Amino acid sequence: MTATHESDDVVVRIDGLHKSFGHLEVVRGVDLEVHRGEVVVIFGRSGSGKSTVLRCVNFIEDPTQGSIEVSGIRLEGGHRTRRKRDQVRQLRLHVGMVFQQFNLFPNMTVLDNVTCAARCAKRGTDAEITQRAKDLLERVGLADKSGEHPLRLSGGQQQRVAIARALCMEPDVMLFDEPTSALDPELTGEVLSVMKTLSTELHMTMLVVTHEMGFAREVADRMAFFHEGRILEQGPPAQLIGSPEHPETRAFLDAVL
Amino acid sequence: MRDAWERVQLASARVPFRIKTGAVWLLLFGVLAFLGNAAGFDVQWIRDNFRYILGGLRYTMVIAVAGIVLAIVMALLGALARISRNPVAYGVAGFYVSFFRGTPLIVQMFLLYLALPPVGRNLAAEYTWLPEGFDQALVLDAATAGIIALGLNYGAYMTEIFRAGIQSVAGGQGEAADALGMTYGQKMRKVVLPQAFRVIIPPTGNEFIAMMKDTALVSFLGVTAASAEVFRRSQLVGKADFKNLEAYVAAALVYWGLTVLFTFFQARLERRIGRGYDRAHVARAMQAQEPH
Repeated sequence: MTATHESDDVVVRIDGLHKSFGHLEVVRGVDLEVHRGEVVVIFGRSGSGKSTVLRCVNFIEDPTQGSIEVSGIRLEGGHRTRRKRDQVRQLRLHVGMVFQQFNLFPNMTVLDNVTCAARCAKRGTDAEITQRAKDLLERVGLADKSGEHPLRLSGGQQQRVAIARALCMEPDVMLFDEPTSALDPELTGEVLSVMKTLSTELHMTMLVVTHEMGFAREVADRMAFFHEGRILEQGPPAQLIGSPEHPETRAFLDAVL
Repeated sequence: MRDAWERVQLASARVPFRIKTGAVWLLLFGVLAFLGNAAGFDVQWIRDNFRYILGGLRYTMVIAVAGIVLAIVMALLGALARISRNPVAYGVAGFYVSFFRGTPLIVQMFLLYLALPPVGRNLAAEYTWLPEGFDQALVLDAATAGIIALGLNYGAYMTEIFRAGIQSVAGGQGEAADALGMTYGQKMRKVVLPQAFRVIIPPTGNEFIAMMKDTALVSFLGVTAASAEVFRRSQLVGKADFKNLEAYVAAALVYWGLTVLFTFFQARLERRIGRGYDRAHVARAMQAQEPH
C-alpha cells in the first residue's frame, strides 16, 4: 500500500519508538509512516500502547527512545532541553489533536475556543482567523453555536467544536484519540461523519485510535493492530478485518465486531 | 401543663427560623448593652471620638489593599514555582513558604521595621563599593514595613491556595493547550489561570478579610497620631482619656462592620463567578430560552 507513495509524501514518521512509565514499558519499538492524505486507524486492547503512541507523536508524552518526524521536523526522544522545547512547539503547530474527553476550554465561547490558539500562533490576521473559524464551525454543523459556552453543548457537539478548533491551526495531520469513546451511542454518528468528510473532502491526513470498526472499514486506508506495545500486523481494512493473520487480531476482532 | 407547653411549641414552629435567630442576636446585644451601662460605658465619649477613630479606616484599607495585592503577586509566583520542575524556583519558593509560615507575623514586622535598617548600615560600612545612600536603603516607615510583612506572610499561606487552584484545573486542559502549540505563558494566561481563579477567588476574599483585621498589628510599630490606622487611633485617644473600654469597643465595632460588609460582597462575587459553570444555572438558562 505504501509503494504508490513517494517518500517525500510522508507526513508522520515514527521510528523505533519506545515509551516507559517508570519500570512499565508501554510502547516497545513502533515504526509507522503516515502519508499525505492517508487515514490510518490504530486499534487494539486497552493497555496495548495505542494511545501512548499517538500522544508521543506531538510530545504530549516524551518518547523514552526513538524519533518522531512530522512535516520534516525530526525530533529524538529523551530529555527535553530548552532548545528542544521550542522545536516541540514548532512540531505541534503542524499537528491537530482531538481528545477522548474533548477538553474544550470552558472559560471561552465556542468561537474563542476555535480561534484562541490560532491567534496565539499568529496564523493570519484576526479577521482571517475569525472567518476561518466560522467556516469550520459551519462545516461541522455548529455555525449557530459560535457564541455559546462549551458546557452547554452536548458531547457530540463539543467534540465537533474540538475538531474545528484543531483544524483552525491548519495542521498537516490530525490525531484522534478515541474521539467517540466518551459519547453516548446515539451521538457517535455525528462525530464520525464529520471525521469522514475531513478525509473525503479535505483529504486530511489522519491517525485515528478507535474501536469503531465500521468507520475503519469505510474510511481507513490502512489499519494497524497493536498488541503489547508493538504493531502486530497492518494492512488495508478488507485484509485486516476480513482475514487477519494473527490469532490475537482475530480474537480482538471477534470480541468487538 | 403539658398541653400548654405543646401549644407553645406549635406556635413557635410557625415563626420562621431567621426571625428567631434575629431575636437571639437582639437579646445578646441587649444583654451587652445592659452590662455596658452597668459598667459605666460612656456613649457620649464614643460619639465624640468615633469620627477620629473611623478616620483611621483609610489607612487600614490602604495597608490591607496594598498588602493583599503584594500577597496575590507572591502567591502566584510561589504557586507557579511550586508546580514547576525547576529546582531553583521550587527550592526558593519552598524556603519562602516555610519561613513565612513558620514565624509569627509580628516578628516578621519587627524584622523588617527594626532589624533591617542596621543591616543596611553595616553592609554599607563593610562594602564601600555599594551605591551612595545604601545605609538608608533598608530603612522603612511603619506602614511600608507593615504592608510588606503582611503581603509576604499572607502570600506564603496563599501560595498553597493558588497552587491547589491551578492544580484543580483538569489536566486535559493543559494538554489541549499544549497540543494546540501554545507557549507556557499563553497556556497559563488564557486557559489555566482563568479557570483556576474561579477556585482561588473565594478563599482569597477570606484572606483579605482576615488581613484587614491583622492590619491592627502595624500599630505596634508605632505611627504618629495623624496617619494612624483604626486600632492605633483608638489606642491613642483611649489612653489619653482613660476610656479603654469605649475605645476598644469602638475599634472592635469598626472591624466587625468592615468584615460583615466585605463578607456580603464576597458572597455576591462568589455567586457571580460560578455562573456559566454551575449546571443548575445552565439548566435554568436553557429553560428560559425555550418559550417559542
